[in-house]
Amino acid sequence: MRVIVDQSRCVASGQCVLAAGAVFDQREEDGTVLLLDASPPPELHDAVRRAAALCPARAITVGTSAGALDT
Amino acid sequence: MATIPASAVPEYPMARASGCPFDPPPALRTLAPVSRIRLWDGSTPWLITRHADTRAILADPRVSADVRRAGYPHVSAGAAARRTRGSTFISMDDPDHARLRRMVTGTFAIRRVEALRPAIQRIVDDRIDALLAGPRPVDLVQAFALPVPSMVICDVLGVPYVDHDFFQRRARVLVSRDQTVERAIAAQDELTEYLDGIIAGKLAEPADDLLSKLAGEHVATGELSRREAALMAVLLVIAGHETTANMIALGTLALLEHPDQLAALRDTDDPALIAGAVEELLRYLTITHSGRRRVALQAIEIDGQTIHPGDGIILAGEAANRDADAFPDADRLDVHRDARAHLAFGFGVHACLGQPLARVELQIVYGTLYRRMPGLRLAAPLEEIPFKHDSNVYGVYELPVTF
Repeated sequence: MRVIVDQSRCVASGQCVLAAGAVFDQREEDGTVLLLDASPPPELHDAVRRAAALCPARAITVGTSAGALDT
Repeated sequence: MATIPASAVPEYPMARASGCPFDPPPALRTLAPVSRIRLWDGSTPWLITRHADTRAILADPRVSADVRRAGYPHVSAGAAARRTRGSTFISMDDPDHARLRRMVTGTFAIRRVEALRPAIQRIVDDRIDALLAGPRPVDLVQAFALPVPSMVICDVLGVPYVDHDFFQRRARVLVSRDQTVERAIAAQDELTEYLDGIIAGKLAEPADDLLSKLAGEHVATGELSRREAALMAVLLVIAGHETTANMIALGTLALLEHPDQLAALRDTDDPALIAGAVEELLRYLTITHSGRRRVALQAIEIDGQTIHPGDGIILAGEAANRDADAFPDADRLDVHRDARAHLAFGFGVHACLGQPLARVELQIVYGTLYRRMPGLRLAAPLEEIPFKHDSNVYGVYELPVTF
């Protein structure tokens, strides 16, 4: 799994941190998403997909490690 | 466009059924997923009721939240008049929206809000101590549901809680559905003036709070005028009060009417169950029951309808959150379900800024109140509870309880 975040779209709702705190964090000054792990282990894949679906700004894209996007 | 006489188009907002105070108006369910409704001013914007459509429209850059645009479906004459008093990011589009919103988002980041847990827990515990020591029956709204979020948002913003009567009264006017133009403008101006004074004080004597940060980092640098900062503060004060307070009181009433659900919440110390119950109550109650409102900038095809540029659009979250395609058995309150996809905080770039704080407050309240007051019960029949049918934020005006 390959995770991409678009910080310019992020609105700091915090949904990604709540859904997958091992993969996402927030920048101190304005809460913008920080990606901690662009290739998270399989046990976190469901949580990461959930984070992408819950993100109100659609700032998270999840693809396969080969690069094809599936979300 | 089809020429349907305006009188044949159903009026919105609609009335809830008597005896079903937690359910959306039944007439909402009989509408097509995308259909015309009629507002107070005779205009006939589109109403969207499905969960998937609501998410799609709220995340669509072809719609605008700008209240100054022709065709924007205003909530009331008072709300329409308030737009002349200046805008905040809630009624702007990007890039201005994003630039201004980012000035305040840091305060509501998950880690920052988590750090507030001990202080919020203390506020909740103190109020419960006072309830237990006080007379019964008692109105839970005045004695608990309103003061808790009010004290929290005052701490976060740096507004003195002693002034709570002043700003609570004006906040109530501004969320009323039938506010007159004069009352709305007066409430808006008085709150703006009050908060402008607070911001002036923060410029002179900064403290560790959001309004000091706004003053020091953005007003002092000339990036933001004092008036813009005061308008932003008005928005934060209103949003911080009228939402969480109603979720506490209405949520408690809903749980008292669903004793099995209340018991599940009372008998657990599992933070995940409590957090899930908060999401479910947000979904089930959807207290912002007057719709998210937008105006189309370009033509949008949806469910076989064409929304034209300049058409108003209202997203009925109270219907979307009861959409069985998104939530199986959607009319059932079930604190064990995964309700996180609810739209109670909206969706898209305007999704609620304070949602992490609201979540933590509600987790602490729901996780503490019923455990410490296991005998909590209504002190009046449900039929006598005054519901906020005339407010843009649903809830109860009073909740007489005993324990």
